Amino acid sequence: MANATPRVPSLFLKALKKSPWVFHVGTSGCNNCDIEIADCLTPRYDIERFGMKLAGSPRHADVMLITGPVSRACREPLQQAWLEMPRPRAAVMVGACACSMGAYKDAYSVTGPPDKVLLEVDPDARFVYVPGCPPKPETIIMGIVKLLGAL
Amino acid sequence: MSASTSNRTPGDRRVIQIGPFHPLLEEPVGFELTVEGEKVVHVDACMEYIHKGIERLAQERTYDMVPILLEKICGICSVTHSVCFCNAAEDLLQVEIPPRASYIRTIIGELERLHSHLLWVGLAGHFIGYNTVFMWAWKYREPVCDVFEMLTGHRQNSSLPIVGGVRRDIPESYFPEARRAMDRLDEQVEMLTAAVLDDPVLAARLKGIGVLTPQEVVDWGVVGPTARASGVDTDVRRDEPYAAYEELDWKVITTENGDVFDKAVVRLLEIRESISIIRQCLEKIPGGELNLGQQHIPRGEGIGRYEAPRGEDIHYLRSNGTNMPERLKVRAPSFTNVASFEVSCIGESIADVTITLAACDPCYSCTERTAVVRGVDGRPTHTFQDLVRLSQDKTRALAREMGREPGLNLL
Repeated sequence: MANATPRVPSLFLKALKKSPWVFHVGTSGCNNCDIEIADCLTPRYDIERFGMKLAGSPRHADVMLITGPVSRACREPLQQAWLEMPRPRAAVMVGACACSMGAYKDAYSVTGPPDKVLLEVDPDARFVYVPGCPPKPETIIMGIVKLLGAL
Repeated sequence: MSASTSNRTPGDRRVIQIGPFHPLLEEPVGFELTVEGEKVVHVDACMEYIHKGIERLAQERTYDMVPILLEKICGICSVTHSVCFCNAAEDLLQVEIPPRASYIRTIIGELERLHSHLLWVGLAGHFIGYNTVFMWAWKYREPVCDVFEMLTGHRQNSSLPIVGGVRRDIPESYFPEARRAMDRLDEQVEMLTAAVLDDPVLAARLKGIGVLTPQEVVDWGVVGPTARASGVDTDVRRDEPYAAYEELDWKVITTENGDVFDKAVVRLLEIRESISIIRQCLEKIPGGELNLGQQHIPRGEGIGRYEAPRGEDIHYLRSNGTNMPERLKVRAPSFTNVASFEVSCIGESIADVTITLAACDPCYSCTERTAVVRGVDGRPTHTFQDLVRLSQDKTRALAREMGREPGLNLL
Protein backbone atom coordinates (compact mmCIF):
# COMPACT_ATOMS: atom_id res chain seq x y z
CA MET A 1 0.00 0.00 0.00
CA ALA A 2 1.63 3.20 -1.19
CA ASN A 3 1.55 6.12 1.16
CA ALA A 4 -1.43 7.86 -0.37
CA THR A 5 -1.29 10.85 1.91
CA PRO A 6 2.10 12.58 1.95
CA ARG A 7 0.92 14.89 4.74
CA VAL A 8 1.17 12.01 7.23
CA PRO A 9 4.51 12.00 9.09
CA SER A 10 6.33 8.69 9.02
CA LEU A 11 6.22 8.54 12.83
CA PHE A 12 2.44 8.18 12.63
CA LEU A 13 2.73 5.21 10.29
CA LYS A 14 5.35 3.63 12.52
CA ALA A 15 3.12 4.02 15.56
CA LEU A 16 0.12 2.67 13.67
CA LYS A 17 1.99 -0.47 12.69
CA LYS A 18 2.84 -1.21 16.31
CA SER A 19 -0.73 -1.16 17.60
CA PRO A 20 -3.53 -0.63 15.09
CA TRP A 21 -6.89 0.08 16.66
CA VAL A 22 -9.71 -1.32 14.62
CA PHE A 23 -13.29 -0.14 14.26
CA HIS A 24 -15.81 -2.73 13.20
CA VAL A 25 -18.63 -1.80 10.85
CA GLY A 26 -21.25 -4.37 9.92
CA THR A 27 -22.91 -3.13 6.76
CA SER A 28 -25.85 -5.52 6.50
CA GLY A 29 -23.99 -8.82 6.41
CA CYS A 30 -25.39 -11.98 7.96
CA ASN A 31 -23.39 -11.24 11.17
CA ASN A 32 -21.34 -14.41 10.82
CA CYS A 33 -18.22 -12.42 9.89
CA ASP A 34 -19.00 -10.02 12.75
CA ILE A 35 -18.98 -12.95 15.17
CA GLU A 36 -15.69 -14.22 13.77
CA ILE A 37 -14.22 -10.74 14.28
CA ALA A 38 -15.38 -10.77 17.90
CA ASP A 39 -13.93 -14.28 18.11
CA CYS A 40 -10.49 -12.83 17.33
CA LEU A 41 -10.64 -11.03 20.70
CA THR A 42 -11.35 -14.15 22.75
CA PRO A 43 -8.77 -16.41 24.42
CA ARG A 44 -7.93 -18.75 21.56
CA TYR A 45 -6.90 -15.99 19.13
CA ASP A 46 -6.55 -12.97 21.42
CA ILE A 47 -5.37 -10.34 18.96
CA GLU A 48 -4.99 -7.88 21.82
CA ARG A 49 -1.62 -9.60 22.32
CA PHE A 50 -0.46 -7.74 19.22
CA GLY A 51 -1.74 -4.39 20.41
CA MET A 52 -4.83 -4.60 18.23
CA LYS A 53 -7.93 -3.36 19.96
CA LEU A 54 -11.54 -2.82 18.98
CA ALA A 55 -12.17 0.91 19.25
CA GLY A 56 -15.55 2.27 20.26
CA SER A 57 -15.56 5.15 17.81
CA PRO A 58 -14.18 5.60 14.28
CA ARG A 59 -12.39 8.72 15.55
CA HIS A 60 -10.12 6.51 17.66
CA ALA A 61 -9.45 3.92 14.98
CA ASP A 62 -6.73 3.33 12.39
CA VAL A 63 -8.22 0.39 10.55
CA MET A 64 -11.84 -0.26 9.66
CA LEU A 65 -13.11 -3.82 9.42
CA ILE A 66 -16.07 -3.93 7.07
CA THR A 67 -18.41 -6.91 6.74
CA GLY A 68 -21.32 -7.37 4.41
CA PRO A 69 -22.67 -5.79 1.25
CA VAL A 70 -23.89 -2.23 1.76
CA SER A 71 -27.64 -1.91 2.05
CA ARG A 72 -29.43 1.32 1.15
CA ALA A 73 -29.80 2.34 4.77
CA CYS A 74 -26.16 1.60 5.66
CA ARG A 75 -24.66 3.55 2.78
CA GLU A 76 -24.50 7.03 4.32
CA PRO A 77 -23.59 5.91 7.86
CA LEU A 78 -20.67 3.92 6.39
CA GLN A 79 -19.36 6.88 4.39
CA GLN A 80 -19.76 9.15 7.39
CA ALA A 81 -17.91 6.75 9.69
CA TRP A 82 -15.08 6.46 7.15
CA LEU A 83 -14.65 10.22 6.88
CA GLU A 84 -14.53 10.48 10.67
CA MET A 85 -11.47 8.21 10.81
CA PRO A 86 -8.17 10.12 11.08
CA ARG A 87 -5.45 9.56 8.48
CA PRO A 88 -3.55 7.33 7.82
CA ARG A 89 -6.48 4.98 7.49
CA ALA A 90 -7.18 1.71 5.76
CA ALA A 91 -10.00 -0.79 5.52
CA VAL A 92 -10.12 -4.57 5.61
CA MET A 93 -13.00 -6.15 3.69
CA VAL A 94 -13.91 -9.21 5.72
CA GLY A 95 -15.85 -11.91 3.95
CA ALA A 96 -17.17 -12.66 0.50
CA CYS A 97 -20.00 -10.11 0.75
CA ALA A 98 -17.66 -7.22 1.54
CA CYS A 99 -15.24 -8.27 -1.19
CA SER A 100 -17.72 -8.80 -3.99
CA MET A 101 -21.27 -8.73 -2.53
CA GLY A 102 -21.31 -12.54 -2.54
CA ALA A 103 -24.75 -14.06 -2.54
CA TYR A 104 -26.46 -10.67 -2.54
CA LYS A 105 -25.13 -9.53 -5.89
CA ASP A 106 -28.56 -9.35 -7.50
CA ALA A 107 -30.50 -8.16 -4.44
CA TYR A 108 -32.63 -5.06 -4.87
CA SER A 109 -31.80 -3.49 -1.52
CA VAL A 110 -28.02 -3.65 -1.79
CA THR A 111 -26.17 -0.70 -3.27
CA GLY A 112 -22.71 -1.99 -3.93
CA PRO A 113 -19.59 -3.48 -2.42
CA PRO A 114 -18.18 -1.27 0.36
CA ASP A 115 -14.94 -0.48 -1.48
CA LYS A 116 -16.87 1.26 -4.27
CA VAL A 117 -19.06 3.05 -1.73
CA LEU A 118 -15.98 4.37 0.10
CA LEU A 119 -14.11 5.34 -3.07
CA GLU A 120 -17.01 7.70 -3.85
CA VAL A 121 -16.16 9.87 -0.86
CA ASP A 122 -12.41 9.18 -0.58
CA PRO A 123 -10.55 8.33 -3.80
CA ASP A 124 -7.38 7.70 -1.75
CA ALA A 125 -8.94 4.90 0.30
CA ARG A 126 -6.88 1.68 0.42
CA PHE A 127 -8.19 -1.79 1.08
CA VAL A 128 -7.23 -5.34 1.92
CA TYR A 129 -9.59 -8.16 0.94
CA VAL A 130 -10.16 -11.25 3.09
CA PRO A 131 -12.43 -13.69 1.23
CA GLY A 132 -14.40 -16.50 2.85
CA CYS A 133 -17.94 -17.09 4.05
CA PRO A 134 -17.07 -16.39 6.79
CA PRO A 135 -13.26 -16.29 6.86
CA LYS A 136 -11.82 -18.11 9.85
CA PRO A 137 -10.41 -15.90 12.62
CA GLU A 138 -6.89 -16.92 11.59
CA THR A 139 -7.58 -15.58 8.11
CA ILE A 140 -8.91 -12.28 9.45
CA ILE A 141 -5.78 -11.84 11.58
CA MET A 142 -3.62 -12.67 8.55
CA GLY A 143 -5.48 -10.02 6.55
CA ILE A 144 -4.72 -7.34 9.12
CA VAL A 145 -1.09 -8.45 9.36
CA LYS A 146 -0.73 -8.24 5.57
CA LEU A 147 -2.21 -4.77 5.70
CA LEU A 148 0.36 -3.70 8.28
CA GLY A 149 3.17 -5.17 6.20
CA ALA A 150 2.03 -3.17 3.21
CA LEU A 151 1.76 0.16 5.03
CA MET B 1 -26.67 11.62 33.53
CA SER B 2 -27.67 13.17 36.85
CA ALA B 3 -25.39 16.17 36.31
CA SER B 4 -26.79 16.96 32.90
CA THR B 5 -30.40 16.62 33.99
CA SER B 6 -30.09 18.55 37.25
CA ASN B 7 -31.36 21.80 35.74
CA ARG B 8 -34.33 20.11 34.12
CA THR B 9 -37.78 19.85 35.56
CA PRO B 10 -39.17 16.39 36.27
CA GLY B 11 -41.13 15.00 33.37
CA ASP B 12 -38.77 16.42 30.76
CA ARG B 13 -38.16 13.89 28.04
CA ARG B 14 -35.17 13.46 25.83
CA VAL B 15 -34.24 10.94 23.18
CA ILE B 16 -31.07 8.86 23.24
CA GLN B 17 -29.98 7.44 19.93
CA ILE B 18 -28.12 4.11 19.96
CA GLY B 19 -26.59 2.91 16.71
CA PRO B 20 -26.56 2.17 13.83
CA PHE B 21 -22.85 1.47 14.41
CA HIS B 22 -22.38 1.04 18.12
CA PRO B 23 -19.64 -0.83 19.96
CA LEU B 24 -22.22 -2.86 21.90
CA LEU B 25 -23.98 -4.06 18.77
CA GLU B 26 -22.59 -6.63 16.39
CA GLU B 27 -24.98 -5.55 13.71
CA PRO B 28 -26.17 -2.18 12.48
CA VAL B 29 -29.46 -1.42 14.17
CA GLY B 30 -30.82 1.79 15.58
CA PHE B 31 -32.65 2.26 18.86
CA GLU B 32 -34.24 5.44 20.07
CA LEU B 33 -34.77 5.43 23.80
CA THR B 34 -37.03 8.16 25.13
CA VAL B 35 -36.00 8.83 28.72
CA GLU B 36 -37.21 10.83 31.67
CA GLY B 37 -34.05 11.27 33.69
CA GLU B 38 -32.69 7.74 33.89
CA LYS B 39 -35.99 6.02 33.29
CA VAL B 40 -36.85 4.74 29.83
CA VAL B 41 -40.42 5.58 28.87
CA HIS B 42 -40.45 4.57 25.22
CA VAL B 43 -38.37 2.38 22.92
CA ASP B 44 -38.32 2.69 19.17
CA ALA B 45 -36.30 0.37 16.95
CA CYS B 46 -35.18 1.53 13.50
CA MET B 47 -34.87 -1.63 11.47
CA GLU B 48 -33.84 -1.54 7.88
CA TYR B 49 -30.09 -1.44 7.97
CA ILE B 50 -29.62 -5.15 7.30
CA HIS B 51 -32.45 -5.70 4.86
CA LYS B 52 -30.97 -7.64 1.96
CA GLY B 53 -34.03 -8.85 0.08
CA ILE B 54 -33.17 -12.50 0.59
CA GLU B 55 -36.76 -13.70 0.11
CA ARG B 56 -36.74 -12.18 -3.36
CA LEU B 57 -33.36 -13.75 -4.13
CA ALA B 58 -34.75 -17.16 -3.11
CA GLN B 59 -37.36 -16.86 -5.84
CA GLU B 60 -34.57 -16.77 -8.42
CA ARG B 61 -32.76 -19.88 -7.14
CA THR B 62 -33.54 -23.54 -7.69
CA TYR B 63 -34.66 -25.72 -4.77
CA ASP B 64 -31.17 -27.16 -4.44
CA MET B 65 -29.61 -23.72 -4.19
CA VAL B 66 -32.12 -22.11 -1.82
CA PRO B 67 -30.97 -23.83 1.43
CA ILE B 68 -27.42 -22.58 0.82
CA LEU B 69 -28.71 -19.06 0.22
CA LEU B 70 -30.90 -19.21 3.34
CA GLU B 71 -27.87 -20.06 5.49
CA LYS B 72 -26.87 -16.48 4.81
CA ILE B 73 -30.02 -15.05 6.44
CA CYS B 74 -28.20 -15.19 9.73
CA GLY B 75 -24.72 -16.32 10.60
CA ILE B 76 -25.70 -18.08 13.81
CA CYS B 77 -28.95 -19.66 12.63
CA SER B 78 -27.52 -21.08 9.40
CA VAL B 79 -28.77 -24.61 10.09
CA THR B 80 -32.08 -23.23 11.35
CA HIS B 81 -33.13 -21.49 8.19
CA SER B 82 -31.93 -24.14 5.75
CA VAL B 83 -33.56 -27.01 7.68
CA CYS B 84 -36.72 -24.94 8.21
CA PHE B 85 -36.98 -24.41 4.45
CA CYS B 86 -36.47 -28.15 3.90
CA ASN B 87 -39.21 -28.83 6.47
CA ALA B 88 -41.53 -26.56 4.46
CA ALA B 89 -40.67 -28.28 1.17
CA GLU B 90 -41.10 -31.72 2.75
CA ASP B 91 -44.45 -30.62 4.18
CA LEU B 92 -45.45 -29.70 0.64
CA LEU B 93 -44.15 -33.00 -0.75
CA GLN B 94 -45.55 -35.06 2.16
CA VAL B 95 -42.40 -37.19 2.37
CA GLU B 96 -40.37 -38.63 5.25
CA ILE B 97 -36.62 -38.17 5.06
CA PRO B 98 -34.26 -41.16 5.61
CA PRO B 99 -33.44 -41.78 9.31
CA ARG B 100 -29.72 -41.11 8.92
CA ALA B 101 -30.50 -37.72 7.40
CA SER B 102 -32.81 -36.84 10.29
CA TYR B 103 -30.08 -37.74 12.81
CA ILE B 104 -27.51 -35.65 10.93
CA ARG B 105 -29.92 -32.71 10.92
CA THR B 106 -30.41 -33.14 14.67
CA ILE B 107 -26.68 -33.22 15.35
CA ILE B 108 -25.88 -30.08 13.35
CA GLY B 109 -28.97 -28.33 14.74
CA GLU B 110 -27.95 -29.01 18.34
CA LEU B 111 -24.32 -28.05 17.69
CA GLU B 112 -25.66 -24.77 16.39
CA ARG B 113 -27.80 -24.32 19.51
CA LEU B 114 -24.72 -25.01 21.64
CA HIS B 115 -22.54 -22.37 20.04
CA SER B 116 -25.40 -19.89 19.81
CA HIS B 117 -26.28 -20.18 23.52
CA LEU B 118 -22.62 -20.00 24.57
CA LEU B 119 -22.24 -16.92 22.40
CA TRP B 120 -25.25 -15.33 24.08
CA VAL B 121 -23.99 -16.10 27.58
CA GLY B 122 -20.69 -14.45 26.67
CA LEU B 123 -22.32 -11.40 25.15
CA ALA B 124 -24.67 -11.02 28.12
CA GLY B 125 -21.64 -10.99 30.41
CA HIS B 126 -20.02 -8.40 28.15
CA PHE B 127 -23.11 -6.18 28.22
CA ILE B 128 -23.12 -5.96 32.00
CA GLY B 129 -19.36 -5.41 32.09
CA TYR B 130 -18.51 -8.91 33.33
CA ASN B 131 -15.87 -9.72 30.75
CA THR B 132 -14.67 -12.85 32.53
CA VAL B 133 -17.89 -14.60 31.55
CA PHE B 134 -17.46 -13.26 28.00
CA MET B 135 -13.98 -14.75 27.69
CA TRP B 136 -14.91 -18.05 29.34
CA ALA B 137 -18.04 -18.66 27.31
CA TRP B 138 -16.36 -17.83 24.01
CA LYS B 139 -13.39 -20.01 24.89
CA TYR B 140 -15.75 -22.95 25.47
CA ARG B 141 -17.54 -22.12 22.22
CA GLU B 142 -14.42 -22.78 20.14
CA PRO B 143 -14.42 -26.59 20.59
CA VAL B 144 -18.06 -26.64 19.44
CA CYS B 145 -17.07 -24.85 16.23
CA ASP B 146 -14.19 -27.32 15.89
CA VAL B 147 -16.56 -30.29 16.14
CA PHE B 148 -18.83 -28.62 13.59
CA GLU B 149 -15.85 -28.22 11.30
CA MET B 150 -14.72 -31.80 11.78
CA LEU B 151 -18.17 -33.16 10.96
CA THR B 152 -19.28 -30.81 8.20
CA GLY B 153 -16.18 -29.05 6.93
CA HIS B 154 -17.13 -25.57 8.07
CA ARG B 155 -17.32 -23.73 11.38
CA GLN B 156 -20.92 -22.56 10.94
CA ASN B 157 -22.27 -22.89 7.40
CA SER B 158 -22.54 -26.61 6.79
CA SER B 159 -24.52 -26.50 3.50
CA LEU B 160 -25.70 -30.01 4.44
CA PRO B 161 -29.52 -29.82 4.33
CA ILE B 162 -31.28 -30.26 1.01
CA VAL B 163 -34.91 -31.00 0.27
CA GLY B 164 -35.38 -34.70 1.07
CA GLY B 165 -32.38 -35.25 3.32
CA VAL B 166 -28.80 -34.09 3.57
CA ARG B 167 -26.25 -33.45 0.86
CA ARG B 168 -23.23 -35.26 2.31
CA ASP B 169 -22.45 -37.74 5.05
CA ILE B 170 -20.65 -36.83 8.26
CA PRO B 171 -17.51 -38.93 8.80
CA GLU B 172 -17.89 -41.52 11.59
CA SER B 173 -14.13 -41.57 12.09
CA TYR B 174 -14.49 -38.23 13.89
CA PHE B 175 -17.23 -39.43 16.29
CA PRO B 176 -14.84 -40.46 19.09
CA GLU B 177 -13.22 -37.02 19.04
CA ALA B 178 -16.64 -35.38 18.96
CA ARG B 179 -17.71 -37.45 21.99
CA ARG B 180 -14.58 -36.43 23.89
CA ALA B 181 -15.21 -32.79 23.02
CA MET B 182 -18.78 -33.09 24.35
CA ASP B 183 -17.52 -34.66 27.59
CA ARG B 184 -15.06 -31.83 28.12
CA LEU B 185 -17.67 -29.22 27.26
CA ASP B 186 -20.14 -30.78 29.70
CA GLU B 187 -17.70 -30.35 32.57
CA GLN B 188 -16.82 -26.81 31.54
CA VAL B 189 -20.45 -25.74 31.17
CA GLU B 190 -21.31 -27.34 34.51
CA MET B 191 -18.60 -25.21 36.10
CA LEU B 192 -19.74 -22.10 34.21
CA THR B 193 -23.38 -22.69 35.17
CA ALA B 194 -22.49 -23.09 38.83
CA ALA B 195 -20.31 -19.98 38.71
CA VAL B 196 -23.04 -17.89 37.11
CA LEU B 197 -25.87 -19.14 39.29
CA ASP B 198 -23.97 -18.72 42.57
CA ASP B 199 -22.54 -15.32 41.80
CA PRO B 200 -24.17 -12.79 44.15
CA VAL B 201 -23.16 -9.87 41.89
CA LEU B 202 -24.89 -11.38 38.87
CA ALA B 203 -27.98 -12.17 40.94
CA ALA B 204 -28.11 -8.60 42.24
CA ARG B 205 -27.60 -7.22 38.75
CA LEU B 206 -29.98 -9.44 36.78
CA LYS B 207 -32.79 -10.63 39.06
CA GLY B 208 -36.01 -8.71 38.62
CA ILE B 209 -34.76 -6.92 35.51
CA GLY B 210 -36.70 -6.94 32.24
CA VAL B 211 -39.48 -9.17 33.56
CA LEU B 212 -41.98 -10.66 31.10
CA THR B 213 -45.07 -12.16 32.72
CA PRO B 214 -46.62 -15.28 31.14
CA GLN B 215 -49.57 -13.17 30.02
CA GLU B 216 -47.25 -10.70 28.28
CA VAL B 217 -45.43 -13.59 26.63
CA VAL B 218 -48.70 -14.84 25.17
CA ASP B 219 -49.91 -11.35 24.22
CA TRP B 220 -46.73 -10.42 22.36
CA GLY B 221 -46.18 -13.86 20.82
CA VAL B 222 -42.76 -14.28 22.42
CA VAL B 223 -41.10 -17.61 21.56
CA GLY B 224 -38.13 -19.74 22.49
CA PRO B 225 -35.98 -19.47 25.64
CA THR B 226 -37.38 -15.99 26.27
CA ALA B 227 -40.87 -17.48 26.63
CA ARG B 228 -39.69 -20.56 28.52
CA ALA B 229 -37.98 -18.35 31.11
CA SER B 230 -41.43 -16.96 31.95
CA GLY B 231 -42.86 -20.44 32.48
CA VAL B 232 -44.57 -20.75 29.09
CA ASP B 233 -43.87 -24.32 28.08
CA THR B 234 -43.39 -24.15 24.33
CA ASP B 235 -40.88 -25.96 22.16
CA VAL B 236 -41.39 -26.98 18.53
CA ARG B 237 -38.98 -29.87 18.95
CA ARG B 238 -41.53 -31.49 21.28
CA ASP B 239 -44.81 -29.96 20.05
CA GLU B 240 -44.36 -30.76 16.37
CA PRO B 241 -41.31 -33.02 16.15
CA TYR B 242 -39.09 -32.89 13.11
CA ALA B 243 -35.72 -34.59 12.50
CA ALA B 244 -35.00 -37.24 15.16
CA TYR B 245 -36.25 -35.52 18.32
CA GLU B 246 -39.10 -37.97 18.86
CA GLU B 247 -36.68 -40.86 19.30
CA LEU B 248 -34.44 -39.10 21.80
CA ASP B 249 -34.66 -38.58 25.52
CA TRP B 250 -34.56 -34.92 26.50
CA LYS B 251 -36.68 -32.39 28.32
CA VAL B 252 -37.90 -28.85 27.82
CA ILE B 253 -36.38 -26.41 30.31
CA THR B 254 -38.68 -23.83 31.87
CA THR B 255 -38.28 -21.41 34.77
CA GLU B 256 -40.79 -19.19 36.52
CA ASN B 257 -39.58 -15.63 37.00
CA GLY B 258 -39.19 -14.29 33.46
CA ASP B 259 -36.35 -11.93 34.32
CA VAL B 260 -32.95 -11.68 32.62
CA PHE B 261 -31.38 -14.00 35.20
CA ASP B 262 -33.88 -16.76 34.40
CA LYS B 263 -33.31 -16.30 30.68
CA ALA B 264 -29.62 -16.99 31.31
CA VAL B 265 -30.51 -20.03 33.47
CA VAL B 266 -32.76 -21.48 30.75
CA ARG B 267 -30.03 -21.13 28.14
CA LEU B 268 -27.31 -22.60 30.35
CA LEU B 269 -29.49 -25.62 31.18
CA GLU B 270 -30.44 -26.02 27.51
CA ILE B 271 -26.74 -26.27 26.69
CA ARG B 272 -26.55 -29.35 28.93
CA GLU B 273 -29.63 -30.82 27.23
CA SER B 274 -28.12 -30.20 23.78
CA ILE B 275 -24.92 -31.97 24.80
CA SER B 276 -27.00 -34.94 25.93
CA ILE B 277 -28.95 -34.95 22.64
CA ILE B 278 -25.74 -34.89 20.59
CA ARG B 279 -24.29 -37.77 22.64
CA GLN B 280 -27.42 -39.86 22.07
CA CYS B 281 -27.37 -39.08 18.36
CA LEU B 282 -23.73 -40.10 18.03
CA GLU B 283 -24.62 -43.43 19.72
CA LYS B 284 -27.85 -44.18 17.91
CA ILE B 285 -27.24 -42.83 14.40
CA PRO B 286 -28.38 -45.48 11.90
CA GLY B 287 -26.83 -46.20 8.53
CA GLY B 288 -28.57 -46.01 5.21
CA GLU B 289 -29.54 -43.48 2.57
CA LEU B 290 -28.73 -39.79 2.96
CA ASN B 291 -31.46 -38.29 0.82
CA LEU B 292 -34.38 -39.15 -1.40
CA GLY B 293 -32.64 -37.98 -4.56
CA GLN B 294 -33.83 -35.26 -6.86
CA GLN B 295 -37.37 -34.22 -5.99
CA HIS B 296 -39.91 -32.58 -8.26
CA ILE B 297 -41.78 -30.02 -6.19
CA PRO B 298 -45.39 -29.91 -7.35
CA ARG B 299 -47.73 -26.92 -7.19
CA GLY B 300 -48.80 -26.22 -3.63
CA GLU B 301 -48.02 -24.70 -0.26
CA GLY B 302 -45.90 -25.87 2.64
CA ILE B 303 -45.11 -24.63 6.12
CA GLY B 304 -41.94 -25.48 7.96
CA ARG B 305 -41.43 -25.04 11.69
CA TYR B 306 -38.13 -25.29 13.49
CA GLU B 307 -36.99 -24.57 17.03
CA ALA B 308 -34.12 -22.16 16.44
CA PRO B 309 -31.80 -21.27 19.33
CA ARG B 310 -33.93 -18.14 19.73
CA GLY B 311 -37.36 -19.73 19.31
CA GLU B 312 -39.79 -20.87 16.70
CA ASP B 313 -38.82 -20.18 13.10
CA ILE B 314 -41.50 -20.46 10.40
CA HIS B 315 -41.01 -20.68 6.65
CA TYR B 316 -43.93 -20.50 4.25
CA LEU B 317 -43.26 -21.88 0.81
CA ARG B 318 -45.44 -21.60 -2.25
CA SER B 319 -44.59 -23.54 -5.35
CA ASN B 320 -45.99 -23.15 -8.86
CA GLY B 321 -44.56 -26.41 -10.15
CA THR B 322 -41.36 -24.93 -11.57
CA ASN B 323 -37.90 -25.56 -10.14
CA MET B 324 -37.89 -22.29 -8.17
CA PRO B 325 -40.10 -21.19 -5.27
CA GLU B 326 -42.89 -18.82 -6.24
CA ARG B 327 -42.84 -17.23 -2.80
CA LEU B 328 -40.86 -17.80 0.35
CA LYS B 329 -41.78 -16.08 3.59
CA VAL B 330 -39.45 -16.19 6.56
CA ARG B 331 -40.72 -15.38 10.04
CA ALA B 332 -37.69 -15.50 12.27
CA PRO B 333 -38.06 -15.86 16.06
CA SER B 334 -36.46 -12.50 16.79
CA PHE B 335 -39.24 -10.79 14.85
CA THR B 336 -41.74 -11.41 17.64
CA ASN B 337 -39.18 -11.31 20.46
CA VAL B 338 -37.93 -7.85 19.50
CA ALA B 339 -41.48 -6.47 19.71
CA SER B 340 -41.62 -7.47 23.38
CA PHE B 341 -39.11 -4.70 24.18
CA GLU B 342 -42.20 -2.51 24.28
CA VAL B 343 -43.19 -4.17 27.59
CA SER B 344 -39.90 -5.48 28.98
CA CYS B 345 -37.93 -2.21 28.75
CA ILE B 346 -40.45 0.43 29.78
CA GLY B 347 -39.81 1.74 33.28
CA GLU B 348 -36.28 0.33 33.51
CA SER B 349 -33.18 2.49 33.86
CA ILE B 350 -30.87 2.99 30.88
CA ALA B 351 -28.17 0.71 32.31
CA ASP B 352 -30.68 -2.13 32.61
CA VAL B 353 -32.15 -1.60 29.16
CA THR B 354 -28.98 -2.66 27.32
CA ILE B 355 -29.04 -6.08 28.97
CA THR B 356 -32.84 -6.32 28.60
CA LEU B 357 -32.49 -5.63 24.88
CA ALA B 358 -29.88 -8.36 24.68
CA ALA B 359 -31.81 -10.81 26.86
CA CYS B 360 -33.99 -12.23 24.08
CA ASP B 361 -30.84 -12.75 21.97
CA PRO B 362 -32.13 -10.53 19.18
CA CYS B 363 -30.81 -11.31 15.74
CA TYR B 364 -31.50 -8.38 13.49
CA SER B 365 -30.35 -9.93 10.25
CA CYS B 366 -32.99 -12.65 10.77
CA THR B 367 -35.60 -10.04 11.58
CA GLU B 368 -35.23 -7.38 8.97
CA ARG B 369 -37.46 -8.56 6.21
CA THR B 370 -38.47 -5.09 5.10
CA ALA B 371 -36.97 -1.71 4.29
CA VAL B 372 -38.93 1.47 3.71
CA VAL B 373 -37.76 2.98 0.46
CA ARG B 374 -40.68 5.32 -0.17
CA GLY B 375 -43.11 5.86 2.69
CA VAL B 376 -46.88 6.15 2.34
CA ASP B 377 -47.78 9.79 1.50
CA GLY B 378 -44.12 10.75 1.88
CA ARG B 379 -44.02 9.75 5.55
CA PRO B 380 -41.06 7.62 6.55
CA THR B 381 -43.02 5.23 8.78
CA HIS B 382 -45.97 2.94 8.18
CA THR B 383 -48.82 2.80 10.65
CA PHE B 384 -51.01 -0.26 11.07
CA GLN B 385 -53.75 1.32 8.93
CA ASP B 386 -51.19 2.05 6.17
CA LEU B 387 -50.11 -1.58 6.11
CA VAL B 388 -53.73 -2.80 5.97
CA ARG B 389 -54.43 -0.40 3.11
CA LEU B 390 -51.29 -1.42 1.21
CA SER B 391 -52.09 -5.11 1.45
CA GLN B 392 -55.71 -4.52 0.43
CA ASP B 393 -54.56 -2.49 -2.58
CA LYS B 394 -52.23 -5.30 -3.54
CA THR B 395 -54.96 -7.93 -3.23
CA ARG B 396 -57.24 -5.84 -5.44
CA ALA B 397 -54.50 -5.32 -8.04
CA LEU B 398 -53.78 -9.05 -8.09
CA ALA B 399 -57.46 -9.87 -8.42
CA ARG B 400 -57.80 -7.46 -11.35
CA GLU B 401 -54.75 -9.02 -12.95
CA MET B 402 -56.29 -12.47 -12.64
CA GLY B 403 -59.58 -11.15 -14.01
CA ARG B 404 -61.53 -11.77 -10.81
CA GLU B 405 -63.64 -9.51 -8.61
CA PRO B 406 -61.92 -9.23 -5.24
CA GLY B 407 -64.01 -11.14 -2.76
CA LEU B 408 -62.89 -8.87 0.06
CA ASN B 409 -65.17 -6.78 2.16
CA LEU B 410 -62.69 -5.43 4.64
CA LEU B 411 -63.14 -1.68 4.80
